Amino acid sequence: MAKVLMKGNEALGEAAILAGCRYYFGYPITPQSELPAYLAKRLPQVDGVFVQAESEVSAINMVYGAASAGARVMTSSSSPGISLKQEGISYIAGAELPCLIVNVMRGGPGLGNINPSQSDYWQATRGGGHGDYRTLVMAPNSVQEMADFTLAAFEYADRFRNPVLMLSDGVLGQMMEPVVMPAPKDYDMDSKKWSLGYTGKDKTARNLCTSIFMGQEELEEHNWSLYQKYQVITDFFKANKDLAVEEYLCDDAEVVLVGYGIISRILKTVVEKCRKRGIKAGLVRPKVLWPFPSDVFAKLADKASKFLVVEMSYGQMVEDVKLAVEGKKPVYFFGRTGGAVPSDFEILNEVDKIVRPD
Amino acid sequence: MSSTVERIILAGFGGQGILFLGKVIAETGMNSDKHVSWIPSYGPEMRGGTANCSVIISEHEIASPMVTVPDVVIAMNTPSVSKFNQKIKAGGMLMYNSSLIERQEFRDDIRLVEIPANEIAEELGDQKVASLVMAGAYIKFSKLITLDDILKTLPLMLKGKKQEMLDLNIVALKKGYDYVEEKKYMFGRYVHSVFKGI
Repeated sequence: MAKVLMKGNEALGEAAILAGCRYYFGYPITPQSELPAYLAKRLPQVDGVFVQAESEVSAINMVYGAASAGARVMTSSSSPGISLKQEGISYIAGAELPCLIVNVMRGGPGLGNINPSQSDYWQATRGGGHGDYRTLVMAPNSVQEMADFTLAAFEYADRFRNPVLMLSDGVLGQMMEPVVMPAPKDYDMDSKKWSLGYTGKDKTARNLCTSIFMGQEELEEHNWSLYQKYQVITDFFKANKDLAVEEYLCDDAEVVLVGYGIISRILKTVVEKCRKRGIKAGLVRPKVLWPFPSDVFAKLADKASKFLVVEMSYGQMVEDVKLAVEGKKPVYFFGRTGGAVPSDFEILNEVDKIVRPD
Repeated sequence: MSSTVERIILAGFGGQGILFLGKVIAETGMNSDKHVSWIPSYGPEMRGGTANCSVIISEHEIASPMVTVPDVVIAMNTPSVSKFNQKIKAGGMLMYNSSLIERQEFRDDIRLVEIPANEIAEELGDQKVASLVMAGAYIKFSKLITLDDILKTLPLMLKGKKQEMLDLNIVALKKGYDYVEEKKYMFGRYVHSVFKGI
């Protein structure tokens, strides 16, 4: 297929349609509004349903309903709107329903501002809503990946019967890059035997999708089965490292730079500049944030001498890196907030500080 | 401007077609098999009436799409000059709309190119094509995309619009291109010229 110049938000929307998603429920908020706008135009063309709900709470509960029925379904928002959805996300995780939730992050806390940010890492990877649950979190770093990861996200969601969260940011949502749309996937709504919408011949009783388990024993059993599922997801990404993480020039790296999303692109430039100056730098870029690719860091901690984590926050993912490195090597941090995207020069300066301390 | 990558910031006020101009350049780059990126300003600044976007055209894969030190700034109004003038790479270029921006002491280490974009557009009967005049002027300097490339891309981007509009845009492009050619760019001092041959 030919390359098309597209915004990240729009590429994600088109990819959702290619993945067989025919239901979108959401509420506008900058910087993700191009996504619902795009789907409002496209979904009716493919016999899909687009609903601009009266609120984010309402939208996520519509997703809950459509996912129970067996549909491929998604919602999207930006940080404050994602906070509003957390109750519904917890219910969806509890009821083990597949869906895609997109967060095009903006600055917080509170209303914050509409500039790009990465300050929802904790919310995304730690649950966000109440209860003992996990969402699979993916972090694209280009418009191409906004599309590719969306197809993968729907597959993972169905495979693990779990909500998948796409953690993007204002830059990735707004920027345009050439994208080659991935090949469409056939999706059969009748493929989910557990769903309310399943109409197969072997169906005998009504299915039930719920997160209510009133007895202590039955809830503990449910929590245990969820926990085991989360282990399966973790093991899957451990076994498929390439799906979870990108390593760049790490083999001989003394300083390992760490960043996800748009930051990882800037770090790549920094690594190249470091190499030109004779600093052996490398880059680790998690593509999946939960489960966190801890073993990659554990291994690198034996080889590299220093880590520098860069985020558009005052340090969230850095905690996961520290946990993975287990104190074997120093883990430094550099962050900017408020919508400032750190420049390669600023970061290079930080690398200099830790490589050549005076 | 190096011959492998061009980092451009385009700025002006809302309605001057800045974002479209950026898209034309990016899309032309893409159609000429270059790597490209385009990032708009969408923040509160946009609400204040100014618009800008960053465009990269490159022979190689683009690692960081952020433009901190542009090779070229295309400024359509005075606030854009104040905002981006100091960021231009030494030896880079400030191409500005002299219909709206007064000639002044900018910097002595960059190439200055003045284009009376609004006057040229007005002669063509439509102020709106001032951005296309700038695109034409830019193309004259670009090492990565040519007038032919952009003439192939523009019809694709204006598909569905009236033929007169496409024609007008093409004339505006050519006017900008010719203006640079005629002037030979005598004006402006600069330290290391990277624009030899023009």
